[in-house]
Amino acid sequence: MNASGWGRYPRIDAELRYPASADDCARLLAAPGRLIARGLGRSYGDSSLAPQMLCTRHLDMLQSFDEVTGELQCAAGTPLADLLRVFVPRGWFLPVTPGTRFVTVGGAIASDVHGKNHHLDGSFSRHVSHVDLLLGNGERLRASPTEHAELFAATCGGMGLTGVILSAGLRLKRIAGSEIVETTLKLPDLDGVLAAFDAHAPSTYSVAWIDCLARGAALGRSLLMLGEHAGDGPLQVQPHAPRPVPVDLPSALMSRLAGQAFNQLYYQRVRGTRTTRRVPLEPYFYPLDALADWNRLYGRQGFVQYQFVLPREAGARGLRDVLERIGGAGVGAFLAVLKAFGPGNGHPLSFPREGWTLAVDFKAEPAVFALLDALDRIVLDHGGRHYLAKDARMSAATFRAGYPRWEEFEAVRERWHAIGKFASAQSRRLGLQ
Amino acid sequence: MKRIVIVGATSGIAQHCARLWAEAGPVHLTLLARDAARTEAVAADLRVRSPASTLRVAVCDFLEPSAIARAVDETVADGVPDIVLIAHGSLPDQAGCQSDLVANLEALQVNGVSPVLFAEAFVAPMLRAGRGTVALIGSVAGDRGRKSNYVYGAAKGLVTRYAQGLQHRLALRSDSTAVRVVLVKPGPTDTPMTAALRAKGAKLADPRAVAARILRAIDAGTPVVYAPGKWALIMMVIRHLPRAVFNRMDI
Repeated sequence: MNASGWGRYPRIDAELRYPASADDCARLLAAPGRLIARGLGRSYGDSSLAPQMLCTRHLDMLQSFDEVTGELQCAAGTPLADLLRVFVPRGWFLPVTPGTRFVTVGGAIASDVHGKNHHLDGSFSRHVSHVDLLLGNGERLRASPTEHAELFAATCGGMGLTGVILSAGLRLKRIAGSEIVETTLKLPDLDGVLAAFDAHAPSTYSVAWIDCLARGAALGRSLLMLGEHAGDGPLQVQPHAPRPVPVDLPSALMSRLAGQAFNQLYYQRVRGTRTTRRVPLEPYFYPLDALADWNRLYGRQGFVQYQFVLPREAGARGLRDVLERIGGAGVGAFLAVLKAFGPGNGHPLSFPREGWTLAVDFKAEPAVFALLDALDRIVLDHGGRHYLAKDARMSAATFRAGYPRWEEFEAVRERWHAIGKFASAQSRRLGLQ
Repeated sequence: MKRIVIVGATSGIAQHCARLWAEAGPVHLTLLARDAARTEAVAADLRVRSPASTLRVAVCDFLEPSAIARAVDETVADGVPDIVLIAHGSLPDQAGCQSDLVANLEALQVNGVSPVLFAEAFVAPMLRAGRGTVALIGSVAGDRGRKSNYVYGAAKGLVTRYAQGLQHRLALRSDSTAVRVVLVKPGPTDTPMTAALRAKGAKLADPRAVAARILRAIDAGTPVVYAPGKWALIMMVIRHLPRAVFNRMDI
């Protein structure tokens, strides 16, 4: 059947399998051919796409939980939304959460996702105590930072290319209340928002929405959203009742003019230069989850999300180069998100490293692809790299320049029997075996 | 604590019902199933979700009347259940059932005969106790035989007729309101049982939403419930199509 990632670009014809147990996974793997594991399909591009896809949605069993330490063991297909529903009322929260709760634990590990607390708490895998893997030769093996450490490091961020993650151990964190005390700072330009990130580095959560179509003196104008867990109040999750996007919108709606209008409204919506309020955790961490299938907003041809990180020292200069290029390209761009990363973790394919990361959505169209090729060069010139979980189109050369340890990654895959068994449309495009 | 028994506890829909009960718990759950290892995994999942609930796991042969009677006796000895959900089943390959009578027999037994035997065995002690709800998972497939899955449909049709008859019997008793029978007819739902349908691109219902509807029907004692609700309308049309029209449809 027809399959795609969250961006609905690209699409491929694939055989999807839905194993109900680890044994089923082993049987599927024993058949000839290569496959890739897929969770809820929320990676944007082609990292979960392959002619044979092993979908883990039925591998969603919780296995054990220690009420004292917060150590959870669960099957890899468990959605983060399930963990929130079960554990938030008991005073536990995810140590790191991406911008949607509709990803699986296995997917979060494979993409080594990050959250608004990366500058303090690192990426998802820092809180993973072990993974149970199904290797290409059918063997099942536990890997952790101390046990088969190179395999663990390659798996966290390894895009499912080292084996099938069957289950994992994860340390949840204590919270006293489920609400978030959110402070929004309105910042008129790029220097302002970067300085504000630095000034608020002790803040547990921080992320900025940035108007990537503003130009001139307003270039980089932003809303910086800081967050702290409430020290009291309710411990609850909101029932998930998303508003549907009933049809694919005509993609002409997502034009440059519409983008400018949207960004203007979004920026002006916040009146004061500093406002503080208490909000439930869902609108703070998962604003887009309120809209089911928001990927349909971009119409049938889909969209790409472009996310990269620039080293800290490239800072304002590099970001300015990128923003000027986007602003001058005459394409529509709506949500753009800027975030300060703390130090990376030394895994060969893990995306975060200390610096600034920017994510921008673009409609998938020829003018955009030309723009992104140009942006790739700017990002690489400043010593940056791209997030594989978002990528749908970069070249093998761009990948190798951004992830110079790719050969080490391939060597680990070779040693652990992954080559010839695990491959995605993305891994083929990026020149991995 | 509410006493709930789930027969066929490893089935996808049953698991989601169990999770909803446990998460709203605490409850006293008995899981009856065929495969010990898989049932233990389900029990572990429920223990994590609801540490205050108590769980009992029992494994038995689902096709052997004496084994069924024994499993039910042991379960009831523990306390007469408030709710029994009979959820087991398997989606057989229709073509396989046509060419292999053993597969055909097994499909009829697992999906039709076995659920009925469990229901019969549980109803007796519940009537003696004078309370409780027995819910049986039928299927929209039981409403009218179709070429693509009429062996499964026939078995589910057996469950439908049985539930009707049992409801009739209980309605005529003077203490009729005390024990209730709920027949659930799910449409194709996104569980391991329907993985092959999904792989072909079929649109399947969210199992958690189906489970929530089942729990509401059990609470209300609704005699027949389709899940999702739209299937009530679709199946009314399908049931009433004249044979001349129906037999020309490729469904």
